[in-house]
Amino acid sequence: MQPLLEVRSLRTHFELGDGVVKAVDGVSLSVPRGRTLAVVGESGCGKSVTARSILRLVEKPARIVGGEILLHPDSDGEPLDLLAAKDKRLRQVRWADIAMVFQEPMASLSLVHTIGDQIIEAVRLHENVGKQAARERAIEMLGRVGIPDPQRRVDSYPFQFSGGMRQRAMIAMALSCRPRLLIADEPTTALDVTTQAQILDLLQDLQQEFGMAIMLITHDLGVAAQVADEVAVMYLGEVVEQGPASAVLSHPKHPYTQALVRSVPRLGARGQDRLVAVRGTVPPPYERPTGCRFHPRCDAFMAGKCDVTVPTRVRSDEIDVACLLYGEEKS
Amino acid sequence: MLRFVARRLVWMVITLAAISFVTFVVIKLPPGDYTTTVIANAEARGQDIPDSQIAELKRHYGLDKPFIVQYLTWIKGVVLHGDLGQSFAWNQSVASLIGNRVLLSMVLSIASLLFVWSIAFPIGIYSALRQYSGGDYLASFLGFIGMAVPEFMLALVMMYIGFRYFGQSVGGLFSPEYADAAWNLGKLLDLISHLWIPIVVVGVAGTAGLIRITRANLLDELHKPYVATARAKGLPEWKLLLKYPVRMSLSPFFSTVGWLLPGLISGETIVSVVMSLPTSGPLLLGAVKSQDMYLVGSFVLILSTLTVIGTMLSDLALAWWDPRIRTRFQKG
Ligand SMILES: Nc1ncnc2c1ncn2[C@@H]1O[C@H](COP(=O)(O)OP(=O)(O)OP(=O)(O)O)[C@@H](O)[C@H]1O
Ligand code: SF4
Ligand SMILES: [Mg+2]
Repeated sequence: MQPLLEVRSLRTHFELGDGVVKAVDGVSLSVPRGRTLAVVGESGCGKSVTARSILRLVEKPARIVGGEILLHPDSDGEPLDLLAAKDKRLRQVRWADIAMVFQEPMASLSLVHTIGDQIIEAVRLHENVGKQAARERAIEMLGRVGIPDPQRRVDSYPFQFSGGMRQRAMIAMALSCRPRLLIADEPTTALDVTTQAQILDLLQDLQQEFGMAIMLITHDLGVAAQVADEVAVMYLGEVVEQGPASAVLSHPKHPYTQALVRSVPRLGARGQDRLVAVRGTVPPPYERPTGCRFHPRCDAFMAGKCDVTVPTRVRSDEIDVACLLYGEEKS
Repeated sequence: MLRFVARRLVWMVITLAAISFVTFVVIKLPPGDYTTTVIANAEARGQDIPDSQIAELKRHYGLDKPFIVQYLTWIKGVVLHGDLGQSFAWNQSVASLIGNRVLLSMVLSIASLLFVWSIAFPIGIYSALRQYSGGDYLASFLGFIGMAVPEFMLALVMMYIGFRYFGQSVGGLFSPEYADAAWNLGKLLDLISHLWIPIVVVGVAGTAGLIRITRANLLDELHKPYVATARAKGLPEWKLLLKYPVRMSLSPFFSTVGWLLPGLISGETIVSVVMSLPTSGPLLLGAVKSQDMYLVGSFVLILSTLTVIGTMLSDLALAWWDPRIRTRFQKG
């Protein structure tokens, strides 16, 4: 079956005064229908920029300089390339097909408009419904995400909510138009551990109910292990490995993923462990290593090869991996 | 909300009482009183005033009473009868002397404020949305000039332009034929045709400042996540900019209205002197010089009342505009 969304060779660069930061430089991944893809990787590897690029939300010094983002229709038919789509068409896709939840629930809602106003606005923008019907939808969604007394809370302002409640409201807003894909960029990072777990459970319940796909961006391999069907691992602006969660997390192919998995003491038990324990440091943004971008930190480094040849993606078992260790098996 | 307003009103009365008292103290600080001015003037004319006449003057004006009695008598008249007292120098009641001038000052201040808003907001918003465009640079450039040029100079230039190219009588708010006429439609139109020069002069510096504030406020908001959310929802660009960041960026502005008002009034004083407008500024200046104490006291009282009311109105406007502040008031 066709995936719902395919990102191919996406490149988003920051064109700054003193050089170009290639924040996303050749990301390819696919989001299966109705399932959860977790995107993991160290801080600064380009997860958020990738997510924003999908809906073309990147702003000025950043620019999408290449690639394709293909949104496949439910039935057979031609996919829509979001990067080539006209502005008007893109605005129809936003929220109606692909909705987003951002990291800081405090900052991503307007504080001077009521929750209800902000949900109703989205519903009426994409569906031909009256004010009253849209308001009922808002109340229904707020109730569905577990906000008590939604009839009354619909007229509250976000600053009257706690952090967890705000993120629930944000999720209610994101699902108000029944999108086919929900992109959640670290939706729980700003919350305490108990609330984190509740929000993740909620997302899983809602996925069952509405059947949407989720692209979950996270630092936390534990979170990925808990909710993901698929995992994509990013390093320095590209995806180095994607495959079924069980395979990637228990038998990773790429040396980077292997190091990540080793750095989490008890994978499977939910922890707050951050991905920090990979040997060496991330190289500075203006200088990308030649050949394989991971080679200065790689335990399996092959001199004369890894620092010269750029690895291409190959399939090994069920996993797509970009590493020269696996290149030869295939050919 | 009502409780908030009531509490603010009480504070307002206390503030005004304090201001009027301090004003009185300050007027009394320099040695001598109004009779000193009378004596000095007489000596300048080569006359000599006998001591008995001076004592008579002092008694007539109540200057022989203790300070606190003078103050209480005056403030009692103001509160109970709306009587602002007598002007020594002009030998008429303060009310009749300044009534029209205060009105004109208010007209000029409010008209200037409206002028400032209607010019500064659109330009400030445009500058932020088109940051580093040609239009933005032009606005910044003109803004710097507006801030740098002193008001009296602008006043002189504008008067010259008005005289040279529009054939207007120089200075004043009325043409000679209307100056002493009773109010009618002709006089009103005449006032409006004269008003634009002082409005521009008084408003230019404020406009320049407000453009910069608006632009900076909006630039702060433009890249906040809630704007990205609105964009992700699929709203058209201009619509989401107006509804979200522009609206947010105007909040800090409401809190600055309070200090914008007195600023306008003081700018207006200087301009009025240069352009010889019959507003309150020049009269105040003369009264301070000659220690015409009830006149000065009344002026300061009126101006501070206006300022305090202005601040309160701006607080109420802010509460109406920004739900975060509104809910804080409702609680407290
Ligand atoms: N405003 C910006 N200006 C310049 N460079 C930026 C900017 N935002 C991001 N970048 C660059 O893009 C890279 C990727 O950023 P991104 O926010 O996508 O990382 P991330 O993987 O989401 O990290 P985190 O886990 O910390 O959220 C960063 O390393 C940084 O070099
Ligand atoms: S290509 Fe070489 S350096 Fe890169 S991950 Fe594979 S083994 Fe390591
Ligand atoms: Mg991020």
